[in-house]
Amino acid sequence: MSTAQTRRKAPAGERVADWADGRLGIYSLAKANMRKIFPDHWSFMLGEICLYSFIIIILTGVYLTLFFHPSMNEVEYHGSYVPLQGQLMSEAFASTLDISFDVRGGLLIRQIHHWAAIIFLAGMFVHMMRVFFTGAFRKPREINWLFGFLLFVLGMFTGFTGYSLPDDLLSGTGVRFTQGAILSVPIVGTYISMFLFGGEFPGTDFVARFYSIHILLLPGIMLGLVVGHLILVFYHKHTQFAGPGRTNKNVVGMPLLPVYMAKAGGFFFLVFGVIAAIAGIATVNPIWVLGPYRPDQVSTGAQPDWYMGFAEGLVRAMPGWEINLWGHTLVLGVFIPLVLFGLFLAIIALYPFIESWVTGDKREHHILDRPRNAPTRTAFGVAWVTGYMIMLIGGGNDIVATHFHLSINAVTWFVRIGFFAGPVIAFIITKRICLGLQRRDKEKVLHGRETGIIKRLPHGEFIEVHEPLSQEQMYTLTAHEQYKPAEIGPTVDENGVERKVKGSEKLRAKLSDAYFGEGAQIPKPTAEEHREITSGHGHH
Amino acid sequence: MSSQDIPEENLPAQQSAGDDGHGHGAVSVPDDKHPFADPGLPPHEHRIQDVDERAAKRSERTVALMFTVSMLATVAFIAAFVAIPVDKSVYIFPLGHISALNFALGLTLGIALFCIGAGAVHWARTLMSDVEIADERHPIEAGPDTREKVFADFKQGAKESALGRRKLIRNTMFGALTLVPLSGVVLLRDLGPLPEDKLRHTLWSRGKLLVNMNTNEPLRPSDVAVGSLTFAKPEGLEEHDHEFQNEIAKAALMIVRIQPEDIKDKRELEWSHEGIVAYSKICTHVGCPISLYEQQTHHVLCPCHQSTFDLSDGARVIFGPAGHALPQLRIGVNDEGYLEALGDFDEPVGPAFWERG
Repeated sequence: MSTAQTRRKAPAGERVADWADGRLGIYSLAKANMRKIFPDHWSFMLGEICLYSFIIIILTGVYLTLFFHPSMNEVEYHGSYVPLQGQLMSEAFASTLDISFDVRGGLLIRQIHHWAAIIFLAGMFVHMMRVFFTGAFRKPREINWLFGFLLFVLGMFTGFTGYSLPDDLLSGTGVRFTQGAILSVPIVGTYISMFLFGGEFPGTDFVARFYSIHILLLPGIMLGLVVGHLILVFYHKHTQFAGPGRTNKNVVGMPLLPVYMAKAGGFFFLVFGVIAAIAGIATVNPIWVLGPYRPDQVSTGAQPDWYMGFAEGLVRAMPGWEINLWGHTLVLGVFIPLVLFGLFLAIIALYPFIESWVTGDKREHHILDRPRNAPTRTAFGVAWVTGYMIMLIGGGNDIVATHFHLSINAVTWFVRIGFFAGPVIAFIITKRICLGLQRRDKEKVLHGRETGIIKRLPHGEFIEVHEPLSQEQMYTLTAHEQYKPAEIGPTVDENGVERKVKGSEKLRAKLSDAYFGEGAQIPKPTAEEHREITSGHGHH
Repeated sequence: MSSQDIPEENLPAQQSAGDDGHGHGAVSVPDDKHPFADPGLPPHEHRIQDVDERAAKRSERTVALMFTVSMLATVAFIAAFVAIPVDKSVYIFPLGHISALNFALGLTLGIALFCIGAGAVHWARTLMSDVEIADERHPIEAGPDTREKVFADFKQGAKESALGRRKLIRNTMFGALTLVPLSGVVLLRDLGPLPEDKLRHTLWSRGKLLVNMNTNEPLRPSDVAVGSLTFAKPEGLEEHDHEFQNEIAKAALMIVRIQPEDIKDKRELEWSHEGIVAYSKICTHVGCPISLYEQQTHHVLCPCHQSTFDLSDGARVIFGPAGHALPQLRIGVNDEGYLEALGDFDEPVGPAFWERG
């Protein structure tokens, strides 16, 4: 060792780092990641909101477990909330009241926990839409898209099992609805219900069972998925929008240390701070107003948390179909919404695979699409969101009816028709808007920006002065790729023998034509077009 | 689902401009052939803090101020925790009467956290370098050499294990691995009892009195007025009973009085007493308790999913997602003049299920 020659010791920080590196190999990890480049765009922070609210939920959730009693034993309430004193309620409800009224700061943590869950789910929804509309799900990120999708679905069920724990009148009604939906499952529904609730509804088991699902099973899986999601983000490197100097082979931005350390780390505190302030100001889920659960009581205007509103809407809008045959009942009125709920979500999860099949594109994509430059995808996404939102309205049809003085029947019929018509209309309109925006981009590239300055020519003609775009802008507006529609190819091989064209091949050619055929995209301006216009200095 | 049959020319050329010498960083001059060429990363534009030390000092002070405010807010949080009684409520416009402690803790914690974040972000934006740097990307896919090596290694390993050759080992191992999870499945059996006919019976039986849910007194026909909605439970079921929740979830009853001539359904009239009809309160959709009664039309509405039933016509569904009518309880009057059940419901109450028939 050379310490004999240099008596001077290395600084303490370095010595600790050396110690750790000798055991964990942190230097190779740091070499690859400490100055890792992250591109900047406002939409890239949506995922951060999700991550941070997830961390906040875990922190506050651990605190809540210190005080919450996941038990359905009936007790008489003698706590400090006077209006409910002497009432019979489950220990779960009583301990939630204690958290809200007797533990100092308990109410705040409960509210932060609930608000963070609402924001977590909303964040994931918007983040997922960002990824969808910019095509960030394309190779190599399909698996990470599925991770994210699973997080969204698991988040919904973690939220549901969580807000059911206090055993209050509103959440109990939601659990009852879930039990009714489970009963509708053919053949096994009754058994699943009996096994889940330990007998007939409500029984005395479900709070304890939901508790272990809510605090252990689902968050455990989610934590694993979050870690995997982040590792893949690091490994793939972040996507970026097209722009000068930004190619599919590089990533342009600022380094993790120090800029993103400070920005992303700071953003955690911003998110936490905002949620804490909301929790101090706005009450969410005031269980003391609702009272303990009784299966024969209900409050009007019962609404689930927003992320369950879509499922609620499906159940409310569905006509009450029931088929009785050979001594059995097929409860289509409830079972179809249950299946649709899964199918509708699955469509968006599988979309990346459908699109890559249609394009046949096996290359890596790191440059994001502007939504307008992928009109069919964008239109499909907007159609999906429209269907989702219409069912969200359907989930609150009573609230819509009472607030806007409409007939509940009219609102329900609007939702029933809108669920089918809305997405179609949204698809057509979105596609047209995208094509319009593409035309405008082309217009700008070829003719420049409209300055609003009107010039009078010597012979009296008025013209508007167009200012040519900068090289950067021109590059950005023409950087996107345009696919050609796939063709089936010759149906006769070189020997003149007719080859059988598979149905899937035909379908793909059709879809490809719908995606990239005539009228489905505006051809990018070509060098010739540009030359013709710029050399002539014409204004038309 | 292969794409081998897609002609290559349908795929747009790799969009990186690297192949024609316009790689990143290299500023290229557009020419006739490439009017939209990539000009490369734009030059860095200095912020005021980069050129003016006084501005940089101002930013430094702003960041420090944020961090200081955060410290003060944390002190305020602790002070509020100690000083404000947990049951004190304050009126704050426009929030109304809210818990003073919760409000104070939420705001101080919010400020303490937010200011740390705001300080850090302001620091990053104004004082840390904002020079954009480009990192190379490398293909995710491994090269052909690595691929070959992995396949060769795998083949070697598989060969050494002799799994393919010694079929007996392979088959018994798969058998064992398939069977062993069954223990786990079997262990789930005692999560709950089998359904049997549990969903078909309620606490109601012949001779059970109808007890008013609110007063806990047995009901007489005279207690049920036209236009009112009365909730009832079977006699003997008390709130303190261990099985109360499970039993009331099936036995809850809804009683209304309708002029006998207004009752359209023949069986309903037969099962009523002087126009007093008793229906299950549990919605046949997914089991919410029905609670809204429209006295002119005798419609009841479930507040959860808006299924609407006509109580003057066999409680048939007239709107909403419910699939069948509410079950009716046959009632009469006993010798002492109290309303009584003349049996259990003749069909399961609540949501439909596969075995319902």
